[in-house]
Amino acid sequence: MTETKNKSAARTLSGFLKKNTMVIALVLVTLLFEILIMTVAHKPASQALLTPANISNLISQNSYVVILAVGMLLCILTGGNIDLSVGSIVALVGAVAGTLIVNMHMDIWLAMIICLLVGLAIGAWQAYWIAYIRIPPFIVTLAGMLLWRGLAQIILNGLTISGYPETYLNLFNSYVPGGSAGKGTILTVTLVIGIVLCAVYLAAQFMNRAKRKRNNYETQSAFMFWGKNAALCVLILALSLMLGNHKGLPTILILLAVIVLVYGYYTQNTVPGRHLYAMGGNEKAAKLSGINTNRTMFFAYTNMAFLSAVAALVVTARFNSAAPSAGNSYEMDAIGACFIGGASAYGGTGTVGGAVIGAVFMGVINNGMSILGIDANWQKVVKGLVLLAAVIFDVVSKRRAQPE
Amino acid sequence: MAKNLLEMRSIIKEFPGVRALDNVNLKVEEGEIHALVGENGAGKSTLMNVLSGIYPYGTYQGDVIYDGEVCKFSKINDSESKGIVIIHQELALVPYLTIGENMFLGNEQGKTSHIDWDKTYDLAAKYLKTVGLEESPRTQIKDIGVGKQQLVEIAKALTKNVRLLILDEPTASLNETDSRKLLDLLLQFKSKGMTCIIISHKLSEVSYVADKITIIRDGATIETLVKGVDDFHEERIIKGMVGRELVDRFPKRESHIGDVAMEVRDWCAEHPTYAGRMVCNHVSLNVRRGEIVGVSGLMGAGRTELAMSIFGRSYGTNIRGTLLLNGREVHLRSVTDAINHKLAYVTEDRKGNGLILSESIRQNTTLARMERISRHQILDKDLEIKYANEYKDILRTKCSGIEQNVGNLSGGNQQKILLSKWMFAEPDVLILDEPTRGIDVGAKYEIYCIMNDLVSQGKAVLMISSEMPELLGMCDRIYVMNEGSVVGELTHEQASQETIMACILKSSGNKGAMAV
Repeated sequence: MTETKNKSAARTLSGFLKKNTMVIALVLVTLLFEILIMTVAHKPASQALLTPANISNLISQNSYVVILAVGMLLCILTGGNIDLSVGSIVALVGAVAGTLIVNMHMDIWLAMIICLLVGLAIGAWQAYWIAYIRIPPFIVTLAGMLLWRGLAQIILNGLTISGYPETYLNLFNSYVPGGSAGKGTILTVTLVIGIVLCAVYLAAQFMNRAKRKRNNYETQSAFMFWGKNAALCVLILALSLMLGNHKGLPTILILLAVIVLVYGYYTQNTVPGRHLYAMGGNEKAAKLSGINTNRTMFFAYTNMAFLSAVAALVVTARFNSAAPSAGNSYEMDAIGACFIGGASAYGGTGTVGGAVIGAVFMGVINNGMSILGIDANWQKVVKGLVLLAAVIFDVVSKRRAQPE
Repeated sequence: MAKNLLEMRSIIKEFPGVRALDNVNLKVEEGEIHALVGENGAGKSTLMNVLSGIYPYGTYQGDVIYDGEVCKFSKINDSESKGIVIIHQELALVPYLTIGENMFLGNEQGKTSHIDWDKTYDLAAKYLKTVGLEESPRTQIKDIGVGKQQLVEIAKALTKNVRLLILDEPTASLNETDSRKLLDLLLQFKSKGMTCIIISHKLSEVSYVADKITIIRDGATIETLVKGVDDFHEERIIKGMVGRELVDRFPKRESHIGDVAMEVRDWCAEHPTYAGRMVCNHVSLNVRRGEIVGVSGLMGAGRTELAMSIFGRSYGTNIRGTLLLNGREVHLRSVTDAINHKLAYVTEDRKGNGLILSESIRQNTTLARMERISRHQILDKDLEIKYANEYKDILRTKCSGIEQNVGNLSGGNQQKILLSKWMFAEPDVLILDEPTRGIDVGAKYEIYCIMNDLVSQGKAVLMISSEMPELLGMCDRIYVMNEGSVVGELTHEQASQETIMACILKSSGNKGAMAV
């Protein structure tokens, strides 16, 4: 009896480890950097990775990767297709934003809407060729990479536009509550937000579980359920505590949360979201099941350019400039984040949550190495190796999981 | 008595959690054709993988004795160098290389730095002659049919000085003429002293060609039947395979035939890439409620093409003709249209066109009609789980749960998932294309029962099949197709293998080349 119980417990545990390898790897890497920074670099704990200021910095530094990785995930889901034009679209939309807002003094809301529409138009152009004429995405977006970068440079005439109005910068760079609030108020507000979020989340989880129990559906074991939710709540509270001790909740984090929640819901709980997975899993079968795969593909690529435009707005505000070289190699960050986060290079598997974890993973490595004072060129070497290792690990562990 | 070329003694092979082979013993005499039969998952392919070194020495228990010595193969090359060649069910030919290049792939003639192409093609031509394939060795593989590709595989095996040839389901995708040709070729090789192991589900072929039949069930050898000593009838073999006597291979059904559910008039379709080549030529047929109607014909008769062109124009161009559903004319422009008009097409290629192997049973079940589990495009996952369980129970699918990936199921269970996917779409008319291809006898019986259930609910079933006994056993009426046209319509009473073949032969004026 006890033996079978132990066995099933062991299986649950190994199943848990397999499902959450990247989360565990992220935790380990964070701890490793924390230890390295304190022991090898002999820095005080106040300058390490897990300090309020650095966490806040980490979020704003990597916001664009998260946004782009979410978009890229949808493209990858359709069948391992990637979008290479992302960085150039960021540059072009940034250039448009700079021209409209700084040079033409246009109303910032109107300017932002125009920028997003430009993103959609670019996306529709590329997606049309990809989805309806079936030109390989690699080619279309490679062409886009040159095309949009060139247009950005033409618009900017090779120069950098800077000096954005405060109202625009504050949209993306400020904190909740506002800058004038005292230290005590900031901490209280962020903690209250954190607690409310936890409460809402737990309530939703409980109601769902109760409903499933009532209908006699399979539910997670109580241990897993409690463990998962407790871990997540501790994380939310720790994060709000950290941010409360700095300047408060970054507005950019709110934008990120909205994007992640919307796209997470879209991929997991909607019919068109399910179409993405079906198409990536077996396009012929999807077609013969009445799924309009052309439309699915069209959406994925239009959406990618739209999110690139969003990222462009974020990036211009963060750097307070629109430069011809903006967004260079952003596509690689986004693609890397998706694959580190467990998306399949053949399409059909991967989650928004995974892509976010992949993005954070890359961010932590970047940030940790910078604090350690590692040379930028060596950072690239390490990042390349980490990307390769993550995918190898994923592929090999999956292969072990299912023998013939 | 000839000596044993191969003896496998007490082979045990374990995978994590399962014992795939449990004490298998197999003796193959020199110069005989030895058939291995068993239900899907019985362990036939695993056994052959042990023999050929795909599972290297040390990963299994027991001894493989070949030509008098114990073999310790660590890779396929080791077994091939001893003359053991295995031809897998999925052919391993490169489509854009020529026949000759494929035959000597990995065994190139000449030097590493310089391939002797003259020698390659000269040798290739010789071997092609041996197998009776009249093609230039410079033809690309993609330009010849599956039957000929199978012959190329055999010719390739011959180039390796094969002594023991293993064929895994060699006729699975061949029509009857090509199958017969292949089997006769094997008999011819036997007379020259070659030894052969053949794995097959087609029992009529097995009894035709084999000297001995070894039956494997649940990873163990049950018995070996010897020609001339034991009963070689299909019923006898099936009894060994399933461990009981299958009294009826086809479940009984009382027909309650109603109105015409689907009618096709003058249906024409052209090949999608070769415009002008008619794949369906003025086809007219109908199916009534409560009726199972069969479509017979050889490979390439245009049956699948007909079905798919009807099913929302998913195949072919320039499609013309009239389609009536329940007496009303409809124009189905897309698959979605077809599904909305309560038409379903269950593909013959469940892995390629039917299922999403990387996804769960739950997701596959609901794929064709997500309207039933969603509102305003938002999925109700609880409802989805409920339906998936419901259909799993109705069809008695064997699985660990509805979250299991479809790719990990056996062929028969995958076919059940495919059926449940289309039953979930709640169609009135189901077109089943080769619904029992490549699945074992027990699962076939269950699929037949499901079909009977469907028609007893008043649905209409159009069944395309290359296995004549199944059409004869299941259908109320049978249409015979050849070269894109319907060349005969036979009632249940009129239909027999002979009358069906007669329809085909008469229409094609094939000079009676096919003996039935």
